[in-house]
Amino acid sequence: MTVEIPAEKWSGRVLEVTLGATPAEGGTRSRTVVVGGETTLPFLHFEGEIPHPPRVAIEIADHRPDDWSPLLLEAWGSVVGDPAAWARAAEEAGADLVLLQLSLTRDGGAPTTARDARAVTRAVLQATGLPILVFGPGQVDADNELLVAVAEEAVGERIVLGICEEKNYRTIVAAALAHGHLVNGRTAMDVNLAKQLNILISDMGLPLDRIIMDPTTAGLGYGIEYGYSVMERLRLAALQGDKMTQFPMLVTPGYEAWRQKEAKVGQGVPGSWGDWRERAILWETLTATSLIESGADIVVLRHPETVKRVKAFIGRLMEK
Amino acid sequence: MALTGLQIYKLLPQTNCKECGFPTCLAFAMKLAAKQAELAACPYVSEEAKAQLAAAAAPPIRLVTVEGPGHRVEVGNETVLFRHEKTFYHPCGLFVRVKDSDNVRAAAEAAMGYAVEYVGMSLFLDGVAVEAASGSATTFAGAVRAVREVTDRPLILMAENPEVLKAGVEADKGGRPLLYAATEENWQAVAALGKQTGAPVAVRASTLDGLAELTEKIKGAGVEDMVLDPGVRGPLESLTAFTQLRRLALKKNFRPLGYPLIAFPGEGAADGIEEAQLAVQHIAKYGGFIVLDRFTPALAYALLAWRTNIYTNPQEPIKVQPGVYEINSPKADSPVMVTTNFSITYFSVANEVDGSGLPGWLLVADAEGMSVLTAWAAGKFDAERIAKTVKTTGIEEKISHRKLIIPGHVAVLLGELEEELPGWEILVGPREAVDLPGFLKLWSPS
Ligand code: B12
Ligand code: SF4
Repeated sequence: MTVEIPAEKWSGRVLEVTLGATPAEGGTRSRTVVVGGETTLPFLHFEGEIPHPPRVAIEIADHRPDDWSPLLLEAWGSVVGDPAAWARAAEEAGADLVLLQLSLTRDGGAPTTARDARAVTRAVLQATGLPILVFGPGQVDADNELLVAVAEEAVGERIVLGICEEKNYRTIVAAALAHGHLVNGRTAMDVNLAKQLNILISDMGLPLDRIIMDPTTAGLGYGIEYGYSVMERLRLAALQGDKMTQFPMLVTPGYEAWRQKEAKVGQGVPGSWGDWRERAILWETLTATSLIESGADIVVLRHPETVKRVKAFIGRLMEK
Repeated sequence: MALTGLQIYKLLPQTNCKECGFPTCLAFAMKLAAKQAELAACPYVSEEAKAQLAAAAAPPIRLVTVEGPGHRVEVGNETVLFRHEKTFYHPCGLFVRVKDSDNVRAAAEAAMGYAVEYVGMSLFLDGVAVEAASGSATTFAGAVRAVREVTDRPLILMAENPEVLKAGVEADKGGRPLLYAATEENWQAVAALGKQTGAPVAVRASTLDGLAELTEKIKGAGVEDMVLDPGVRGPLESLTAFTQLRRLALKKNFRPLGYPLIAFPGEGAADGIEEAQLAVQHIAKYGGFIVLDRFTPALAYALLAWRTNIYTNPQEPIKVQPGVYEINSPKADSPVMVTTNFSITYFSVANEVDGSGLPGWLLVADAEGMSVLTAWAAGKFDAERIAKTVKTTGIEEKISHRKLIIPGHVAVLLGELEEELPGWEILVGPREAVDLPGFLKLWSPS
């Protein structure tokens, strides 16, 4: 009996987006990273092309993040609180990209200023040759102020500016346009909202190959299925030819997993949850693994062990 | 695949005798196609037409059941490739493998004794796969009996030698195990055993062509319930094969491969975390039975939670009843908190309060099953709804104070709530439930 293998012929293709710029391209990165370009669903090499593997970004903070799980602080050790050293450690831990997360306030409680944001961005750019992403604290006013300064400081580096939302996309996109950067457009787990924001961003004239979309996700056990399905729907729409969904996707499983009690704490939890360290690594690793299988092109992670795990699994899914 | 009204009409007597209660055979056929009538209503339909209609109505992926004396697992009968298209219906069975050469009893007891609470449900693993690593019928039968002593859940019996397999089935008293596996070499004997005992048969071949040929032969030998093992183990190979199999069944209605799939993530992994990654893939991408080689509480919890998430109906978030919930026997002076009726939200909060040992009244607003911020953004958890919850639940008669703790994430509701609830003092609680116990320690009704 000959079974006919059912292969889909998709008409659409995800756009290829290049992060970072080398000296020849006007930046200082030692290499660039390309994501996207898929012509089929995740890892279905038998029916389409997956020219680039999903990439791993390691999240580092601009100050010592005391609200992070002790397991994370312990894993990174002395580099926590020193963003340049942390960026180097992230590179050594196998990161493809470094994501610098700016905070609302500095140690001591004074608000983070544009000057602080510039300084830390510069320090990170000098410490690592990887392409970087810089995310604001997530409050519109602060994001606008800090990210505009960051964009200017990193002119020509093709960094990714986040978070670009419906509320502030004008400012962030303008900064990206002026200084040669990319944006990460975030919407709340909804296909139509994602499309709308992409339309607004592209209407401002930002070339399509400078847009990454972030459909928002959730941690294992805390609503991840919504994120998983929205990503599947967005990727299907892209493959079916819907232009405004054909952007690589970025999600933050590290942040989502480590917020949850399962990863964050070891005390005062049910015995049936098992060993804390094992559970924490599993929580982040599995959250990320499931999202890679639903279409993530960039996953932002926190723990070095997870990075190793997720990269190894991606490697196995990419060996043709 | 379902037939259209016209296709069904061609199979009917076409005499328009009206005995079915419809004016014409065509009208009846249309109702049948819409599943609003039963074929039995027509007394004249031929046996042959009945068989054809039944075959067409059969699900594209057969529902396969395995049973122990106290628990059954049904897998298959799925209708979509992506859960957003409708939902995934029958959660895959998670089994733990023990080898008859090891201490099976202890291993089975540890895995089967495991249970974990997740959003108000008690989750546990579905059964044990017993493998005849010894190759001896007596040892295998002994192992199956030992496992049966510690669990009443279903078994998967694994042996290549049909004689050994047979000894295992006989030892599985009160069970309907899955027989693993029929192959090109042994299929006659395994099929005969399946037919004789009524147990479903897992079929393994290394190509889809081979697999389809084998299932047809086994079907010809009288076995209806089968499970497929395409023989691949790594993440890429299994994603490819499982996707192709699911598509063949659903999109091509290809009957020879219209059965649930079985996966062995441990065989494609170097350690527990990698095995869990593979299992995560199998749970989302089309595994029917998943046989784990490693059991630890953390691993089991993560995989059980993931399975629950993936098999949640996307159209209906899991909700709890709105109302007043009493935690740790609250009294008139105990704190009152309000949250939404999304299960995950409710249990995050209720578990923290419960675990703190401190008494409290938890008001659950009808927020249409949404989380705090989602509901707030959608206008389902606003000052008006919270006030309504306070007024309609009768909490005012149960308490001596007038203080309400709201989630920190909706601190913006403070002002409006004070207007909606005159006489009440609104306290903004912490943002995350983890910090509630610390907050409640400082509670005082005055
Ligand atoms: C899953 C999700 C959805 C799912 C819904 C799931 C559900 N059943 O609720 C879907 C995809 C349907 C959805 C839809 C929308 N969403 Co939504 N969604 C999320 C997501 C990813 C997770 C929410 C979740 O489940 N959290 C877990 C639960 C347990 O958290 P929780 O309810 O807040 O409970 C915690 C605390 O609040 C606290 N707590 C709870 N109760 C109490 C009580 C007291 C007294 C105290 C002290 C503490 C406390 O304890 C819990 C644990 O710490 C978040 C983003 C994120 N990653 O968090 C966005 C998010 C909540 N969504 C958002 C939005 C905007 C929407 C939409 C309006 C978008 C749209 N226009 O379509 C819609 C609204 C729904 C609609 N109109 O139908 C925004 C809200 C932004 C804001 N600040 O207003 C968020 C924050 C995303 C974002 N960053 O933009 N969403
Ligand atoms: S009872 Fe049968 S034959 Fe008579 S009208 Fe109905 S479908 Fe036709």
